Amino acid sequence: MQDKTSRPSPLRGAQSKQETAGEPNTGGGLLAAHLLTRRQFTAGSIAVASGLSALGSACTGCDTPARSADTSVRLHVNGTRAEVDIDLRSSLLDVLREQLQLTGAKKGCDHGQCGACTVHLDGRRVASCLTPAVQADGREITTIEGLSPEGGPLHPMQQAFIDQDALQCGYCTPGQIMAAVACVREGNAGSAEQIREYMSGNLCRCGAYAGILAAIQQAAPEIGGT
Amino acid sequence: MATSPPASASAVGSSVPRADGPPKVTGASRYVDDLPAMPGEIFGRTVRSPVPRGILRGVRFDPAFDWSDVTVVLAEDVPVNVVALILDDQPILGTGKVNHAYEPIVLLGCADRLKLSRALQAVTLDIDPLPPVLDMRAALEGEEILWGTDNVIKRYLITKGCADAERERSEAAIDAALARCEVVVTGTYASHHQEQLYIEPQGVIAWWDEAGAHATGSIQCPFYVQKAFLKAFGLPADRIHITQSVTGGGFGGKEEYPSIIALHAALLARKSGRPVRMIYDRTEDIEATTKRHPASCEITSGCDRDGTLRALKIRVLMDGGAYATLSQVVLSRGALHASGAYRWDDVWIEATAVATNTPPNGAFRGFGAPQTIWAIERHLDRVAGELGCDPLDLKAKNVLRPGDSTATGQVLRESVAGEECIAKAIAASGYRQKRAAGPVVRGRVARGIGLSVFMHGAGFTGSGERYYKGKIAVDLAPGGRLRIRTASTDIGQGTETVFRQIAADAAGLPLDRVEFEVPCTTTVPDSGPTVASRTVMVVGSILEAAARELASRVREEQEAARQPRAAQEGQASSAAPPALSFEEAADRLLAREGKVTSLKQYEPPSYVRWDDEAYKGDAYPCFGWACDVAEVEVDLDTFEVTVVDFWSAADVGKAIHPVMCKGQIEGGSLQAIGWALSEEIVWQGGKIRNPRMTNYIIPTSLDAPPFHVVLVEAPFPFGPGGGAKGIGEMPMDGGAPAVAAAVEHATGIAARALPLTPERLFEAARGAEAPRTAAGRGERARRYRSSSTVRRARSICRRSRGCSMRSGGRSGSRARRRGARRASAARARC
Ligand code: FES
Ligand code: FES
Ligand code: FES
Repeated sequence: MQDKTSRPSPLRGAQSKQETAGEPNTGGGLLAAHLLTRRQFTAGSIAVASGLSALGSACTGCDTPARSADTSVRLHVNGTRAEVDIDLRSSLLDVLREQLQLTGAKKGCDHGQCGACTVHLDGRRVASCLTPAVQADGREITTIEGLSPEGGPLHPMQQAFIDQDALQCGYCTPGQIMAAVACVREGNAGSAEQIREYMSGNLCRCGAYAGILAAIQQAAPEIGGT
Repeated sequence: MATSPPASASAVGSSVPRADGPPKVTGASRYVDDLPAMPGEIFGRTVRSPVPRGILRGVRFDPAFDWSDVTVVLAEDVPVNVVALILDDQPILGTGKVNHAYEPIVLLGCADRLKLSRALQAVTLDIDPLPPVLDMRAALEGEEILWGTDNVIKRYLITKGCADAERERSEAAIDAALARCEVVVTGTYASHHQEQLYIEPQGVIAWWDEAGAHATGSIQCPFYVQKAFLKAFGLPADRIHITQSVTGGGFGGKEEYPSIIALHAALLARKSGRPVRMIYDRTEDIEATTKRHPASCEITSGCDRDGTLRALKIRVLMDGGAYATLSQVVLSRGALHASGAYRWDDVWIEATAVATNTPPNGAFRGFGAPQTIWAIERHLDRVAGELGCDPLDLKAKNVLRPGDSTATGQVLRESVAGEECIAKAIAASGYRQKRAAGPVVRGRVARGIGLSVFMHGAGFTGSGERYYKGKIAVDLAPGGRLRIRTASTDIGQGTETVFRQIAADAAGLPLDRVEFEVPCTTTVPDSGPTVASRTVMVVGSILEAAARELASRVREEQEAARQPRAAQEGQASSAAPPALSFEEAADRLLAREGKVTSLKQYEPPSYVRWDDEAYKGDAYPCFGWACDVAEVEVDLDTFEVTVVDFWSAADVGKAIHPVMCKGQIEGGSLQAIGWALSEEIVWQGGKIRNPRMTNYIIPTSLDAPPFHVVLVEAPFPFGPGGGAKGIGEMPMDGGAPAVAAAVEHATGIAARALPLTPERLFEAARGAEAPRTAAGRGERARRYRSSSTVRRARSICRRSRGCSMRSGGRSGSRARRRGARRASAARARC
């Protein structure tokens, strides 16, 4: 969606290009750490975490007036390999949504606060809005679109969400389902108490929590132990 | 209770799987920001005022910035600079005067999102600040005039009984009536802003082409946006195409505000000649969009020693914010619910909405009623205290019954179920035994129980429906299918599913024969807005009639085909099998007529009489009734409140889809619990200090108590499906007062202002006498400041980082607080 090619590379972007020039795209550990100091969300998150909430227009001031060098990452998304040219600062969420047209993961806050963007990275749930896309380089990503085969039967958790009417507006639902599947696989779905605890990072303003709990309890026996 | 395919032929009353379930669980549903980019599309953003009040002297654009590919829209680019709604006082872009922080002044568009955010920084607004009026009382006093001649957006007076005199004498009359009462109690009850916080932020995509202007987005009421475009652009209606995309929750927040985003996006699109995508980020959404009106209610009531309520005097004051938006209607509903679900002989209610230099407030589920119901319920709890009886007995004694009349003189006849709801909620919750046993204190934790009783007017107030003339169309589609065309949107509440059920049943067809057209203003009739719990009750009733009519036309066709053949074969026509199946007959009818449609317009029941001037008569065609019971645990050290159980017995007339109906009640009640306990907009100098999901705390799965919903069905004769009434808003009304009553039972702290955060409860405990709270204990409440904020931080860790913090395995606030401590430690490490 962003037309990067038409833009000249201002200084700082060029600099980061140099910094990364010699590095092959292997896993992105270093890169990610480097990025974390630069990404605007970090500033936002830190401010909030330390209780300084008085940032009216919190992030507008910290948008670095720069363009990063492009890089390319190899993403294994839903069993398909894709090589994607990305802006270094892109979040996994933006790459999934805007470059791979996988819009199932939603952007409710872009700051790791709502869970609507939850996807699996090597089987673990992550907030994709907080995950730099480079960090996903070479790793397995599963999104809601990849949970069940297209046109095939629904994943037991998806079916359970329908059966238990665990959604209203549905905006939190892809995130809830991905978190729910992970919650079961982690072994954190042993009791209602535990499920509520381990699902508490996924907000649902429609208040479908009772249905979500019931859905997880319905699907857990079917997917447990995988 | 799970969903399942309809067991019988009848869809109404059975919980079928929701129609939008499969696309929503697979990620296939396209919400506005999921729509693919259109060719040439650019992003749009808004430059907003940083100050709450001032004179706008000019706008400066940094000459060092490259503006060549940035589209700039200023007030002077707007053909008619007004957001058409009720009073037309709000400009689309601020000019001359700035009236609230975050007021939109300049629009910017650019294809490069990063450059766009830099462009935002390159705009300077030259504003001479003026002293803002941020407090509604100060606005009422009127030392500074910001709006109209006296800052008063609207005022209503409702009188009954002896107060029913001309304006000047009515107040003296109610005072006299109060003076004659045996027990008189006075108090003031305050409630606060609430952000809708739908998880999908607001957004619209707009573009122009030969057909005119287009806007697609997260919209509750497409025809509001159409009306705004008619005024702003002077276009004819058939050149304005407003389409609802799948909408991720609204709760009122997407009732009137989307008009503004759509206008902004369309202005940028017009100037740039490109499609414009304007999606708010969370912070902008919290800061700029409307919220629930804060309210203050001053109540004096009089009753007999035996608890018979006699006279009521209320002054309601609501903060409308900088512009009128829907304030007068919100105020009206608030005033009409201020006397609660009770019988009073003499009533005097004066309700006033004033303007302040805060962002405009608007629609939010309940629409003014939760604020006044909070007040009257809390007040009656105090009256019960004065009388030495349980609030239940006082409320049950005075709850409106058939034949009684409300504050506006509306005589209630059918579908009046207050008593039944009370009885069912009390039985289910064990309220009496638990109250009698007194608060249970175990260690630091005290447990208490409380209740609220309320009614909620279903549908538009007064003459609203007569004025709106809501319409719906049902088309016959090939293969004997029905297609519903309505502007009533599904924003998560399940309209699509329930409408299919109603239409299928009325037509005698299976559910899968009914389709639901995407609402767009040029293809569906104006059904009136999706508000006021009117969708099922009002629009559903004309849908039922339209579907029935259409089906009978097809059956006539079947009959007509049978007649000649029956005559030919000399058989009795009743014994002959139909010559044509329903599908064949439908196709034949369709082939002959080209288009077969039934268009219906709503007519309120003829008995409904309403006097808009005197504010007397049938304020609503009917009311929903409910009784909520909340059981809470209060940590006496930290003053954290946990709702451990919640019962709601609610009369819905007829539940078309019991599971979704309960879902509405659970979701609404949870929003009410959030409003009561943790949600709080923190203001500083007219700006919001906590515009994030981490510090504006809505309930998580940990905060949601087990909900026990009892559906009561007292059918409304004019409701569809055998008597359905509105249900969307009612569950927002009772949660806060029930929780506060439970907290009072547990701790003795009688809160009169929302929200009941640990800090406020601590202050209240220190201020008033709180017998069970040892002095000094609450000090810790301060140290565990905003424990809910900490809890949120921990919840985020749980999810997003596979955090290894373990639950202590103990429920309630102790475990939570322990976890909270660990969370802060963990957070410090991260
Ligand atoms: S969008 Fe990622 S957590 Fe909200
Ligand atoms: S279903 Fe609407 S936010 Fe969860
Ligand atoms: S954020 Fe939870 S462990 Fe770091």
